[in-house]
Amino acid sequence: MSTGLIAHRGSVLWIAAMIHRLSGLGLAVFLPFHFLALGLAIDSNAKLESFLRWTDQPWVKLSESGLVFLLIVHLLGGLRVLVIENMDWRDGQKQLATLAAAAAAVVAFIFLVRVF
Amino acid sequence: MNIRLYLWQRGTAALLAPLVLVHIAVIFYATRQGLSAADVLSRTHDSIVWASYYALFVAAVSIHASIGLRNILAEWSPLTPRAADWFAIMFGVLLAMLGARAIYAVVLA
Amino acid sequence: MAAELSVSVWRGGEDGRYETYSVPRRESQTVLDVVTFVQRNIDPTLSYRFACRVGVCGSCAMTVNGKPRWTCRTHVSKVAGGGRLEIGPLENLPVIKDLATDMQPFFEKWQQAKGVFAPSKTRYDDIEQIPPSSPERRAADAAIECINCGVCYAACDTVRWNKDYFGPAALNRAWTLVNDARDAGNAERLQAVSENGGCHSCHSHQSCQELCPQTLNPTASIAGLKRRTLAAYLKGEIKG
Repeated sequence: MSTGLIAHRGSVLWIAAMIHRLSGLGLAVFLPFHFLALGLAIDSNAKLESFLRWTDQPWVKLSESGLVFLLIVHLLGGLRVLVIENMDWRDGQKQLATLAAAAAAVVAFIFLVRVF
Repeated sequence: MNIRLYLWQRGTAALLAPLVLVHIAVIFYATRQGLSAADVLSRTHDSIVWASYYALFVAAVSIHASIGLRNILAEWSPLTPRAADWFAIMFGVLLAMLGARAIYAVVLA
Repeated sequence: MAAELSVSVWRGGEDGRYETYSVPRRESQTVLDVVTFVQRNIDPTLSYRFACRVGVCGSCAMTVNGKPRWTCRTHVSKVAGGGRLEIGPLENLPVIKDLATDMQPFFEKWQQAKGVFAPSKTRYDDIEQIPPSSPERRAADAAIECINCGVCYAACDTVRWNKDYFGPAALNRAWTLVNDARDAGNAERLQAVSENGGCHSCHSHQSCQELCPQTLNPTASIAGLKRRTLAAYLKGEIKG
């Protein structure tokens, strides 16, 4: 009913929570395909090999670095939650959340430049 | 969400943290100069170590992802809590099966 | 500053609509002043709640430009960008009329979370000696100043998405009692907050902590409950 649904949802920690949830969802959707791709090796090495050559395409490499970002941001965000839930309260949550996203972006970027 | 699901989800999360770090290291190592099937399979084939590591990984992620998915469905979709539970269980089973098949593929096939 | 404010106010019940009023701007005006002006000078049928108007009772909580706040402590100059204001009832609660919500679900969840003191002594027993500096008392004191205004409950997205979730205030209160050495109800309380709708549904968004006008931290209280319930569960003291 309120038109101002965005108001406090622009806060860093709310965005961090959304990134955590959406990255988890993205990884969950990706996983079955990941397992199916590896399963190609059942028939022959050649099938897996030709799939891997397909992944050499630039847009696939870009998507892979996106997945690396999702994995690391989900891991780091999850660690932040585990710390909140299992250790004494510490302030600076906004900074930690921002750091997590930045670190994930850096590692994903490093992945990207290495595979190109 | 109740304490039992919470414990399984946070527990598998804690277990997944080091497993994922290893996996990221493996990804970076494997992609250092182009990835080939032979590179991967020659290392994983007949390896008890890799089989155990990935079996643990698949088990943990099947539980962790399905509980996470259950929460998303319960909170964001029109499904009833029971329907969300069932959908999540199905998804967890699917991941476990496909994951086991993938381990078989790279270790034994 | 412009002489007039354009103020959209929610009118009606759940399926009402926003109506716009023109309100003269004043120095040091609060949003509560604005609502009061509308009711006294423009439309006497406007329903809203307030009591102390000085920021100690929590009755005047409403949604102002999308955020739940105490209207008596919200200066118009801080929130009315471009001379516009949007004022609605608190979210996540049934609307009785206009800006007044039904707080009953909020207090029912308080009861469900066992946010109720369970005495352990009679008048014939010695008074419990509680050092103020003990860790438990400090934990309780940090969370005790809740005046049930409902801002955290209105801000919480988990409350919005999960109708069974007790919410930050009820769980925060439960945490203060968990830490109260005089209380004897912890077995039931820890069980109550470990079931559907309890503390384990919290995703630590921290909207509650960011918006609490008393600067409380329900996220931290709920995290404390998570630790206590986990320990109790692993020891077999509560059931999953």
